[in-house]
Amino acid sequence: MTAVATEFPREVVTRSLVRYLDVPGSAGEFALITLDNGHDHTRPSTFGPAGLASLATALDQIEARSPAVSAVGITGKPFVFAAGADLGGVALLQTRPQALAIARAGHAVFARLRALSVPTFAFLNGVTLGGGLELALHCDYRTISRSAGAVAFPECFLGLVPGWGGTQLLPALIGPAAAVTVIVENALNQNKMLSASDAANLGIADELLDSADFLAESLRWAGRVIEGSVSVARAPLADEASYAAAVARGRMVADARVHGAAPAPYRALELIEQSRTLEFAAGTAAEDDALADLIMTDELRSGLYAFDLVNRRAKRPAGAPDKALARPVTTVGIVGAGLMASQLALLFVRRLRVPVMLTDLDSERLDRGVSWVHAEIAKLRERGRLGQDEANRLTALVTGTLERADFAAADFVIEAVFEQLAVKQQVFGELEKYLAPTAVLATNTSSLSVSAMARDLQYPERVVGFHFFNPVAVLPLLEIVRGERTDEATLATAFAVAGTLKKSSVLVSDAPAFVVNRLLTRFMGEITAAVDEGTPIEVADGAMAPLGLPMSPFALLGLVGPAIGLHVAETLHEAFGERFPVSSNLRRLVAAGRPSIYLPAERGDRTARLDPAAEELFELGDRASTSEQVRDRALAALADEIARMLDEHVVDDVRDIDLGLILGAGWPFHLGGISPYLDRAGVSERVTGRRFLPPGVASAPSV
Amino acid sequence: MTSTLSDRPDRPIRDVVFCDGVRTPFGRAGRAGTGMYAETRADDLIVAAIRELLRRHPELPPARVDEVAVAASTQIGDQGLTIGRTAAILAGLPKSVPGYAIDRMCAGGMTAVTTAAGSIAFGAYDVVIAGGVEHMGRHPMGEAADPNPRFLSDRLVDTSALSMGATAENLHDRFPHLTRERADLYALHSQEKVAKAYAEGKIQRDLVPVAIRSAELGWGLATKDEPPRPDTTLADLAALRTPFRPHGRITAGNAAGLNDGATACLLADAGTAAELGLPTAMRLVGYGFAGVDPEVMGVGPIPSTERALARTGLAIEDIGLFELNEAFAVQVLAFLDHYGLADDDPRVNQYGGAIALGHPLASSGVRLMTQLARQFAEHPEVRYGLTAMCVGLGQGGTVIWENPHYVSPAGSSREAGQ
Repeated sequence: MTAVATEFPREVVTRSLVRYLDVPGSAGEFALITLDNGHDHTRPSTFGPAGLASLATALDQIEARSPAVSAVGITGKPFVFAAGADLGGVALLQTRPQALAIARAGHAVFARLRALSVPTFAFLNGVTLGGGLELALHCDYRTISRSAGAVAFPECFLGLVPGWGGTQLLPALIGPAAAVTVIVENALNQNKMLSASDAANLGIADELLDSADFLAESLRWAGRVIEGSVSVARAPLADEASYAAAVARGRMVADARVHGAAPAPYRALELIEQSRTLEFAAGTAAEDDALADLIMTDELRSGLYAFDLVNRRAKRPAGAPDKALARPVTTVGIVGAGLMASQLALLFVRRLRVPVMLTDLDSERLDRGVSWVHAEIAKLRERGRLGQDEANRLTALVTGTLERADFAAADFVIEAVFEQLAVKQQVFGELEKYLAPTAVLATNTSSLSVSAMARDLQYPERVVGFHFFNPVAVLPLLEIVRGERTDEATLATAFAVAGTLKKSSVLVSDAPAFVVNRLLTRFMGEITAAVDEGTPIEVADGAMAPLGLPMSPFALLGLVGPAIGLHVAETLHEAFGERFPVSSNLRRLVAAGRPSIYLPAERGDRTARLDPAAEELFELGDRASTSEQVRDRALAALADEIARMLDEHVVDDVRDIDLGLILGAGWPFHLGGISPYLDRAGVSERVTGRRFLPPGVASAPSV
Repeated sequence: MTSTLSDRPDRPIRDVVFCDGVRTPFGRAGRAGTGMYAETRADDLIVAAIRELLRRHPELPPARVDEVAVAASTQIGDQGLTIGRTAAILAGLPKSVPGYAIDRMCAGGMTAVTTAAGSIAFGAYDVVIAGGVEHMGRHPMGEAADPNPRFLSDRLVDTSALSMGATAENLHDRFPHLTRERADLYALHSQEKVAKAYAEGKIQRDLVPVAIRSAELGWGLATKDEPPRPDTTLADLAALRTPFRPHGRITAGNAAGLNDGATACLLADAGTAAELGLPTAMRLVGYGFAGVDPEVMGVGPIPSTERALARTGLAIEDIGLFELNEAFAVQVLAFLDHYGLADDDPRVNQYGGAIALGHPLASSGVRLMTQLARQFAEHPEVRYGLTAMCVGLGQGGTVIWENPHYVSPAGSSREAGQ
């Protein structure tokens, strides 16, 4: 077999176990390979060099079997087929030749399977990702279990291409349009996975089988294929025009998502396009090069860093106290009945399934809030997201009261009232008369001081910041703010509640606007300042396009709402002074009540159009900057602000800033949030004199 | 006055038919997890059998199944939680289909059939799935049992009553002419008959292949029974030790082993079977259960057969085929001896029996029926057949079946009464 240039340290080796079975329909023995890394389903089987070597050894054995086997099948340990390459090992590759070697090692083994003269089968019993799916594509036939939930090529999501044959085999199997959907569109759509029936409908799997006796029935089906009583039709190769159209559509999708800033999807599209005419060996050689190139890019390393943040760090928030300290939450109180409060009520009742009481100043507002929640529950019921019993249960749990005394039973109260310190202090002071001393008082403030809110309370240690991002139901981030006197039990309860709400939380200290809003506002401040100085709006707002952010700064402002943006800017201006300028143009926009500087997007139209009414409000100075100048100052501001936040211990680790930007603002994996990008672009060192992360952590080794 | 049956004289007793039966290959329970099902769950075995039954009968809408009656002797762990209900859900039957668990130790599966059949005859059900499962590797016989001390203090049973091997030794004591040599010879024939039946493909057709997991070896596929030892010789058998008493007669060779496996069959009201197009492989004639002294539980099938014959108005001479569970050779010999049948009577266990195939306790009853059904099809000259087995703690069970393929020769034989 092909020698692998390097070993992956700490590789959890997936062994290829071979058994020779007597399968009805198969004249001779059926060699069945089981991929098993010896752990349960929480640690899916992956392929590193040793895993590939084990597969090669299995194939050696099978080829040497006498008499020769009649067929070969591959399946996985319970609930997992295979989850692709060992990414932990990929992140450690130091040189392009090493990267090329691992790319080739995968191809070499998989190609041997494809070259076998007997029929080959993959039985997809569970999770089938990346290299796992590619292994399956090298087989002649595939069955899939109805319960196999995660079938996908996540490579482009991370910054790779499906380069162990995926770009060459999938388009031929399911057509270029569907292949582009699976390889590029789904991957860039937050790594959307296929269900088993999707996979069968697309033609990735030939037969969809129940999970109850999946493997036995897969083998029975394989027996029928071998004896010829079942045949599988394959569509002829699509024509050049179909490939061109699919790839063109894929480029549009990639442009919309990453704006050209991440190389992987474009490289994948090239490979898909080439696959139509390239010999398989030439195609896989092109994949080798693409993989080797991409593995050595900063974008991939940042992607792997971001992936680790989202999949590991977000699940074990740094600084969270011992879970055992958390107090049970069996009744929730929500102060306020406006839209934010109502959204919180809906989220709390759906996830915690405990009584949720809303309160407000007058019954009209209160009734409107409660009715809104009830109506949302009814909508979920109508859409089939909730059963009738569950809808009844949740509806009964959400009530309103004008009597603060009714909050006596609440052990977790969150306020979402007007964003003014005195108002919030008054709300908490009044509630404290009724609450048990251990009841948590949480605030959803986006910029006020949590410690100040707690200052005059009898039990200030119970106050914690619980900062959601809008829309509450969609954005997964929660900033949990530790006030000066917040105690461990309160903090632990806040983290426990956040976990039950299925939010990823980051612990931050009580600094104005915390992490995400502070950075977004600082960054936005530079863009608006550039406009105020005279830079055309289009130039300033387009300046960040090369980074591939999910939306332009002014589009984000429209989403957040100019009034809220202005309020946060003013708060930060008050706290930090001129670093956070308040744009006079923004003030005029808010005063005029314009919802955005852009017109509402027309259906199917991706180009934003400036609203002439908003444009008219803007007064531009005479010092226009180029887009490059705007970008430079915005990035410098970000680096400066991150350094300050670290110095002030707003968070203890820059990783939590990146995690916040990824989950709270949707900043892309290829930037690793932002600090890896600032490091690799040299901005961090230029502005702050140091990098945020050591070389190699989220960047390619500089060899 | 409340209404009584006599107010409804037209209430019919319905005919019950055995449509089809399947089973998993049987495994050796083995020591320390060496059997082929060591890492396969018991409930997955019964689910495999039920699903195969449904697959073989697409003419049966699953929602028409009125009950799933599943037997297991040890109803804990993966055989607990009302195994009939869990198996129904896990097998993908509609949730409207109910299920229950039932137990009569070795005759659990047989009792699932008779109980469900009684309910069909009574008119409570039209179609039933009945079966049994025993994973003796995961659930050793008597696991977690807590016998009342009064069994011994009040001399209700002999100390040997709870050890099945010891009760079989007791049987040799009671019938001294049933020697170890006769038992070994009987066992050899059982192995030979199984080997022959396998060679003729008569066993395989009833089996559902089962995927078997091994963390060490990878996935495998069970397609045939693991217990048979076709190369057995009389000398091999004679050399085996007698674990239940020094100089005893019971050996691992002339007794069924400790096994894993599951069985399932489809029972229906005859009219419903005709309506749905379900096959009729056997017609239920009648059944009987009887108790005997627990320390000689192996004689149980004799009084239970007496009862079944008496209640059906048949005589032993009317029975053309026998499927007797071979828990121990001596216990089959006692039955044959009682009825004056030769040790190698060709009407008995044509495909061999549990000594070779294995005896996963509660599942075995349905295996006997499935094999009798196959033999009925091969023997249209036979009108009646009988399945019988002994049961721990001193019981026997017998079910008499009629062959729907029976072709009357010139001059008919006696009718079974109801």
